[in-house]
Formats: sequence, structure tokens, C-alpha cells
Amino acid sequence: MSRQSAVRADNRKVSAELFVLTHGALVAQLVKDYESDEEVNKQLDKMGYNIGVRLVEDFLARSNVGRCHDFRETADVIAKLGFKMFLGFSPVITNWSAASDEFSLILDNNPMAEFAELPEGHEGLLFSNILCGVLRGALEMVQMEVDVWFVQDALRGDETTEIRLKFIRKLEDALPAGED
Amino acid sequence: MTIYNLYVFDRNGTCLYYESWNRRKESNMSKDEEFKLMYGMLYSIKSFVARMSPSESKDGFLNYRTSKYKLHFYETPTGLKFIMNTDLSVGTTRDVLFNIYSKIYVEYVVKNPLCRLDEPIQSELFASKLDTYIRSLNIFN
Repeated sequence: MSRQSAVRADNRKVSAELFVLTHGALVAQLVKDYESDEEVNKQLDKMGYNIGVRLVEDFLARSNVGRCHDFRETADVIAKLGFKMFLGFSPVITNWSAASDEFSLILDNNPMAEFAELPEGHEGLLFSNILCGVLRGALEMVQMEVDVWFVQDALRGDETTEIRLKFIRKLEDALPAGED
Repeated sequence: MTIYNLYVFDRNGTCLYYESWNRRKESNMSKDEEFKLMYGMLYSIKSFVARMSPSESKDGFLNYRTSKYKLHFYETPTGLKFIMNTDLSVGTTRDVLFNIYSKIYVEYVVKNPLCRLDEPIQSELFASKLDTYIRSLNIFN
């Protein structure tokens, strides 16, 4: 158990570049492995989902935030605490729908795409699509079903990078399995 | 002061972990039955407390006590439930249960990709870290 004995300080930081380059290598490999950009996007989303369901526990353990009571509060926590903690920047929350069940995150300085450039013929690739999966997975664990998708991506020549979140429904607590 | 036992349930009612330290009397039913009974009771108490509360409460159900023991309950926003039984002299254990979640469960289960999150915890590292932590508490003795 000695490998654990070196006290692991909270808020360990690794170089953002290490992460960004690793993510870039992952995307590059997926582009090689799959025929279509669509499929790469899907794989990234799936990986993100699997990360999100675990990441949310780390987030809650470190931030000690409680349950959110509405979607606006959720948006604040995501942008100001979640993104800050894991990616070191806070996206801007904007474009609320009238019913307060949809909003956009504007990622102007998305660090994940810092060194990226879409190669020719991959105009459909969503380079940071892993983020959509992460958000979806994390929110599902706190009983919120949401749709998450890229509306704009600066890498694809759009003005900015915009992720849209739409609240679908609240997932109910599981009932204990009946025996009788 | 002493700690009798600890249960960890996931959001679906699966008992992820159980450990006892100073439990002198067993419930004379199978462990599986006992876990189901425990989870069912917690589920009911939670809903009972939420319904009967005269005002909006943030924390909900925290603990109950009988003439012999006290049951402490902590639930994370993701629905993980930590339940600890102690003797009556123990005060609030919110910090303790939160630490078990944040310093032990998250570190040694969530961050271990080989641990599935919806099955009973097999990790020996988790078990030993938890045991060390529980034994180090001043409410343990």
C-alpha cells in the first residue's frame, strides 16, 4: 500500500497541455479508426458519458455543493464551479429559453481545442464532443435527463463555440425491490 | 462511544458495502434480506420525513435513535447513501460520513476504473482504508 502513502494533496493540478494533447491524440486516433465523422462524434460522446458519471462524484466530493433546485442554479454550478474546477475557465451562460429549460454555454477560450485544426474533409467532426457526453453523464447521476449538443464550433468556422443544454425530465428515485 | 456498523447503498438500492465492528447481536436473517429491509426502511423514512415536514427542509432525514443505538444517514446528490450505527453518546457524524464518501469512496472506488459502480465493492484497498479511518475516529472507542 506504500504507493498511496505519499499524501495526495487535494486540487492536484496537472499541466493543461498534457491533457489537451492527450485529448487531441485520442481524437486523432478515433478519426483513423472510424469511417465517418458522425461515428467519431458518437464515440467521443459515449466516452464523455462514461467519464461524466464518475467525474460527478469527484466534483461533489470536492465542492460539497448540495442539490440544485432549478435549472438556472444547475447552469451556474456547471459554468462557475464545474468548468472552473476541471478545465480552469468559466464559460458564459446565455440564450435562456422562455421556459428556463434550455440554455447555452459559450466557450470562447475552449482550452481543449487550443492546438487543434480540423483536417480537410472532416468538416463534420466535433472536436470537443466529449464535453457533451461528460455533461450528460454527470447530470444523469443527479437525476436530470438532459440533451447536450454543439450548436456552433469555432473550429468549424463558426463565430464562437456554443454548447446547448436542454432539460428533458427529472429522473425519479428507484423504489426498493418488492419482495412480497 | 463506539461505532457498530456501516452500510453503503447506491441509488438503486444495491448494498455496495457492509462492515460491522462492534455488533453484538445479528438480525437472524440473511444479509441480503437485512440489506433490503434496511433500504426499504430508509426509503420510507425519507419520504415520510419529506411529507411530514412543516416547512421546506434542505437536509431531510439525518438520524434516528432508539433506547439502544443511533442510526446516522447521509445521502449524496447522486443518491449514494451512507448509514452508520453508533451508540447513543455520539453526536452529529455528518463530517465523518462525508469524509467516507469524499476521501475513501471517491478516491478508491470512483477513481478506480476497474471498480464497477453498481456492484458490491470488492476492492481490498477500499476496505482497508475504510477500516483504518473508522478505527482512527475518536468516536470509535
